[in-house]
Amino acid sequence: MSHPNKKRLRRSMMFLNCQKPGLIKDPYIYKPDSIMLDLEDAVAENQKDAARYSLYHALQEIDYRGVERVVRINGLDTPHWREDIRVCVAGGADTIRIAKTESARDVHIVEEHVLAAEREFGRPEGSTLLMAALESCRGVLHALEVCESSDRLIGIALSGGDYTKDLQTVITGTGVELQGARQQMIIAARAAGVQCWDTVFTNLDAMDVFEEEVKMIKMMGFDGKSLVNPRQIDIVHKIFTPSQKEIIFAEKVVREIDEKKSLGIGVFTVDGKMIDIAFYDGAKRTIDLAKASGVYEGDL
Amino acid sequence: MINAVGREIPEEILKITGKEGYQGAKAKDNFEFTRGAARIRAMVDPTRSKVVDSIHDVLVKCGMRDGMTISFHHHFREGDYVVNMVMEEIHRMGFKDISICATSLGKAHDPIVPMIEDGTVTSIRSSGVRGKIGQAISTGKLKNLAVMCSHGGRVRAIESGEVHIDIAFIGAPSADEYGNLKANGGKSNCGVLSYAMADAQYADKVVAVTDTLVPFPNVPASISMTNVDYVVVVDEIGNPAKIATGAAKPTTDMRKLRMADYCTQFVINTPYFKDGFSYQTGVGGASIASTISLAEEMEKRGIRMGFGVGGLTTPMCSLLERDLVGVLVDTQDFDLGAVESIQKHPDRHIEISASEYANPFNKGAYVNKLDFVILAALEVDVNFNCNVVVGSDGVITGAQGGHPDTAAGAKCTIVIAPLLQGRIPAVCTSVTTVTTPGETVDVLITDYGIAINPRRQDLIDCMKGTKLPICTIEELRDMAYSIVGEPDPVQFGDRVVGIIEGRDGTVMDVVREIKPYEFRD
Repeated sequence: MSHPNKKRLRRSMMFLNCQKPGLIKDPYIYKPDSIMLDLEDAVAENQKDAARYSLYHALQEIDYRGVERVVRINGLDTPHWREDIRVCVAGGADTIRIAKTESARDVHIVEEHVLAAEREFGRPEGSTLLMAALESCRGVLHALEVCESSDRLIGIALSGGDYTKDLQTVITGTGVELQGARQQMIIAARAAGVQCWDTVFTNLDAMDVFEEEVKMIKMMGFDGKSLVNPRQIDIVHKIFTPSQKEIIFAEKVVREIDEKKSLGIGVFTVDGKMIDIAFYDGAKRTIDLAKASGVYEGDL
Repeated sequence: MINAVGREIPEEILKITGKEGYQGAKAKDNFEFTRGAARIRAMVDPTRSKVVDSIHDVLVKCGMRDGMTISFHHHFREGDYVVNMVMEEIHRMGFKDISICATSLGKAHDPIVPMIEDGTVTSIRSSGVRGKIGQAISTGKLKNLAVMCSHGGRVRAIESGEVHIDIAFIGAPSADEYGNLKANGGKSNCGVLSYAMADAQYADKVVAVTDTLVPFPNVPASISMTNVDYVVVVDEIGNPAKIATGAAKPTTDMRKLRMADYCTQFVINTPYFKDGFSYQTGVGGASIASTISLAEEMEKRGIRMGFGVGGLTTPMCSLLERDLVGVLVDTQDFDLGAVESIQKHPDRHIEISASEYANPFNKGAYVNKLDFVILAALEVDVNFNCNVVVGSDGVITGAQGGHPDTAAGAKCTIVIAPLLQGRIPAVCTSVTTVTTPGETVDVLITDYGIAINPRRQDLIDCMKGTKLPICTIEELRDMAYSIVGEPDPVQFGDRVVGIIEGRDGTVMDVVREIKPYEFRD
């Protein structure tokens, strides 16, 4: 049986630097769906140990009030990742984000060490979930095999900075350089039945551009976005949360399809739109999303 | 005695000060008294000049002597040169046992400390003190009790004759040779001279100190020649860069923005939020952010503020620019935008006196007509008592300002404070020192949740059905303690070094000398 939290709501995944205890003490007040406690790039090379120490105590002592605790560990090409995994599992992190994932094999290596750590620290086997960050052309091209690599894997996230370097371009602000990766990844994730998150947006002075980008990735099918600042959370939630209009329409679609099915009618109209069984799953998903976002007041 | 906020006030302190303990926010309603008065020396001879060459000469002319009470205003904030200039001359001339009655003292006045130590200054009455003077008082260096009073309370003390000022020194951005003083028109403009008005009226001798002498008459004057004895022209009365700074950039700190958003949502869900409402707010990041977001709601709903009170900053003045407020009544300007606004809109941005603003013992002050006031606090306890003067380390480090006055007057008093100040819980079982009584505080907004004073069941009912995170204040305290632990009480010595004066002149609390922390075995 797969982990009950594997498909939980993850619209907003906010990075926090483990080197700064002031940042990780109470990020739940901003109400993100997930926080990503970073041991990797945000932490100076000679402070990895101190960051792990803060992380362990934060995971042990702080009640994050239902916010998912993801930890971004260092890449498999570094001397840090093994100890990172032990600390994550000992502390009881919900999920580990694997940096620079390029293949199913990378996931398997981490999985092996996670299992060993779960045994070492007496955590239930399989309790620690994994997510994979794709940060290179090879990783993006291997998206499907990564998505299908493990039962623990909740999904894949694009890491745009490293990816565009590998692509020999830069983040342009137009999104054109990320088009291929975004499409490839969301298709792979959906094919494998896992979630998919977009890369960070770092220009905090351009909140309007950020908002447009969130609208776009929502239309593309993404489940959410990696974030660098709490100011970004409300915008993402607003865009990813169905409007009351959408919820009411979805309710009508579900009820009508259920009703018409028993009457032997296959296609009909709701509010002037032609509806058939193909709309059923989408409407159900809207209602599920509304429920998970805490805005659903109906009885479906 | 134990006063109405549950604080033990030693009998000896009541005896020394001749004061009563605090008895409740409205205990002194209808109190009758005869106003004090200044001793005036007539100016009959039109050929006599008021201009004096130096601080030294004016001290001689005023008959400065040991034991006098002298006063200052704080409109130049941390850019003030006047206090130090006058005190250094007093020190040099060897006067002792001086009482300073200031509207506030800041870090700019650190040079006063050696004068406290050598007995030049033996009493201080102020809204508050920051920096080294606070340290000096809290370590027992001031000979007599320091009296920390509210802005309204200070005027009350002066007008009622409880405090008699011998010489008032009034820094004036511009003055004419006959003593018409303006807050603008010079090098160190401060917008208004509200806090100096009572001093001008009630002090025996009034000395204007200016660096900009302008042709007679300097009108309309904030302080009239009819109250001014002498005009001293000096090189500089202040540092303009520290008097009126550029408008602070609106905060981008999500924690403050969240609290601001809670505040705006709270305000608009009360029945007081309707066309013509009145409002005052402070200068903190969250307060300013809530003014900005409130303005958007006002525009959206077509609601206009009747009047705004300040302590003003650019965002409040921009309400005037956008015609979202009828009139601003002003007692202090915190930035250049506010200083410019009062000059640009003389008909709708009005200078008022501190007495008009907040004095509980006149026949009616603006604070009594406030619907909302948005305040900050260092500590708030489970009885909603606030502390804005004494740091959690026991050292005097802040000022009452208009906090107790506006809280007492407003229909809805909202305090915004982050739950934790570093490792110090801002919400606690009992504040280090009570400066504003909890009965006058209606709502506490923190980053973790909002607590409404149980005395305000009407406001509790208003918030039902909103999505605001309402909880009890005990829950907020428990949350704070669960994160940083319950701090041990500050260890004070026995000696009382200061009193927190209630706005009505009673004793709200006492401040004791700090002593080095002793660890338990």
